[in-house]
Amino acid sequence: MSKSQKNKEPVQYGTLPKALTGITGLDEITGGGLPYGRPSLICGEAGSGKTLMSIEFIVRGAVQYNEPGVFVAFEEKSDELAINVASLGFDLKKLQAENKLKIDHVHIDRSEIEETGEYDLEGLFIRLGYAIDSIGAKRVVLDTLENLFSGLNNQAVLRAELRRLFTWLKEKGVTAIITGERGEGALTRQGLEEYVSDCVILLDNRVVNQITTRRLRVIKYRGTVHGTNEYPFLIDEDGISVLPVTSLKMANTVSTERISTGVKALDDMLGGRGLYRGGSVLVSGTAGTGKTSLAASFANETCNRKEKCIYFAMEESPNQIIRNIRSIGIDLQKHVDSGLLIFNASRPNLHGLEMHLVAMHKCIKKYRPSVVIIDPITNFINIGSVSEVKNMLVRMIDFLQEEQISVMFTALSLNTIVNEQTDEGVSSLVDAWILVRDIEFNGERNRGLYVMKSRGMKHSNQVREFIITGNGLQLVDVYLGPDGILTGSAREQQMLLEQTGEAIRNSAVTRKDREIIRKRKVLEAKIASLHTEFESVEEELNKVYLEEELKKEILRKNREEVIKIRRGETEENVQTSKTSRKK
Amino acid sequence: MADESGVLDGYNEENTEAGIYVLRLFITGASPNSIRAVENIKSICEEYLPGNYDLQIIDIHQQPQLAHGEDVIAVPLMIKLAPYPKRRMIGDMSDTKRVLKGLGLSTNS
Repeated sequence: MSKSQKNKEPVQYGTLPKALTGITGLDEITGGGLPYGRPSLICGEAGSGKTLMSIEFIVRGAVQYNEPGVFVAFEEKSDELAINVASLGFDLKKLQAENKLKIDHVHIDRSEIEETGEYDLEGLFIRLGYAIDSIGAKRVVLDTLENLFSGLNNQAVLRAELRRLFTWLKEKGVTAIITGERGEGALTRQGLEEYVSDCVILLDNRVVNQITTRRLRVIKYRGTVHGTNEYPFLIDEDGISVLPVTSLKMANTVSTERISTGVKALDDMLGGRGLYRGGSVLVSGTAGTGKTSLAASFANETCNRKEKCIYFAMEESPNQIIRNIRSIGIDLQKHVDSGLLIFNASRPNLHGLEMHLVAMHKCIKKYRPSVVIIDPITNFINIGSVSEVKNMLVRMIDFLQEEQISVMFTALSLNTIVNEQTDEGVSSLVDAWILVRDIEFNGERNRGLYVMKSRGMKHSNQVREFIITGNGLQLVDVYLGPDGILTGSAREQQMLLEQTGEAIRNSAVTRKDREIIRKRKVLEAKIASLHTEFESVEEELNKVYLEEELKKEILRKNREEVIKIRRGETEENVQTSKTSRKK
Repeated sequence: MADESGVLDGYNEENTEAGIYVLRLFITGASPNSIRAVENIKSICEEYLPGNYDLQIIDIHQQPQLAHGEDVIAVPLMIKLAPYPKRRMIGDMSDTKRVLKGLGLSTNS
């Protein structure tokens, strides 16, 4: 593919020296700039940016590469030109004073001129040569040669002289840009310049669906490979930036670092730690399901980590978002004030898809954020077909991955279709896809959230109820009742019912407990009385026994007394008395 | 023609200094066109403006900064500075009719 070719180093063989233009992106497409020391043609219709591109070439050459330049203006006067490009931050007067730039305004007025015979354009050559030599110019722009043809009659002379001019420029060794208006069926009116130039760049300003997109194409470039596609480009306050289609090599580095989404419960659903850094996540859902709230919460979390975040708002103005998000307890204003959060609001139909991509590229390159939010991508459909939008988003994701920037897209899905696919067809591209949907039940609508996919991490398969509160976003487990999923007030009701049941059960339990305690008390009382009874019986028994003993003792003593008294008693008697005592 | 009369009126008003024709001829060295131009204009001046002209011949190879100042593109270039209006003629001056028209003398022919 030619797309990948542009990233190769075309100067491997050292064949063609090139002069860097300094124009963002153009050097990448041309593999290092315009052919050094040779003339190039920039052609296009009125208002396609020819003059601007050529003057940027001159100014950047003078400022960045220390190559002074001569600008020969056939159309605008030096002062006009200076004013016209001042809005781009180019100070032509200063450059002229520093002898880095020379602007030569050539005025040709047909009514003033009488042609009286043979002539040539030697005067132009001498002027140019003088201008080049006086500041040692390396770059020359002639804008536009067509004016010669309108000012002078002798076409044959002019054509011959133009050819001579190109050769002469080559001999001078200056890198030249000649601008030309686009002609009928040819690149230029005269059909001459494109053949004698070594490099031809066509600028185009096309209107599709009422949206204008500037495009650029390198038609020819002798002696080198170059990007052959049409590349959109943008003219803004920093000049021209061309967006080459990002490489589709898919060789990006990946991070295993995880970043929080700003919603604790959602992080938990994503394996407990949130999203991968540099990953892409799509939040899709029907209208009013809280996609923007999720995005804002992600932005807030990013800024709380002291990282930069760019919020591309496609529907609401920044102030509107800040106000609305404040209602859920997130203050984005303080992040805006601290410069961590950058809002970039533009309507999708402000310009074409490619322009949006270029504008986003520029903004991202400028601020180098760690998180980018595009909210929503849905409206891009209005300005391009599904495949175009998909293409654009592929490039966007690709670019962001290359830069290790996490991105969150939000997308509106239509209510009628329960989408397994978003309208933009990007669901297969993103790393994680969070779906927020309405659950309509019991006369109310509630939000359900689930993770459709999340590459490379364990994620929850649960549908969670998504609640937007004054203190931010919360996820609650949806209640799985006997009749299916319950959400919102039905869930609350069910939970209340459960609580009541529990209370009833609890009271029953306590009643039983009390009964047991009472029973125990009764039994214990019984046991105590039995115990006392037993003690009294025991005492009774003991009393009898003791009395008996006592009796026996007394009897024995009495007997002994008797024996003692008798004294003359036989052995036999003693014996009997002993045995009887044993009894 | 209305144009002509306008030109002549202008000429009359401006012509307070005895109507001297001030002419500047820009040439590039010894190129054939230049040489022809010098010859042609000299003969035209001698014929139509004897003693009433001031012709300066400037070689822009020698004085390139003058080429810038006078906005020279095509050479040979002759500028009629006076009398008013200022006119520019390019070419080798071989077309006498046009030269005279440029000088504002075409009423004679």
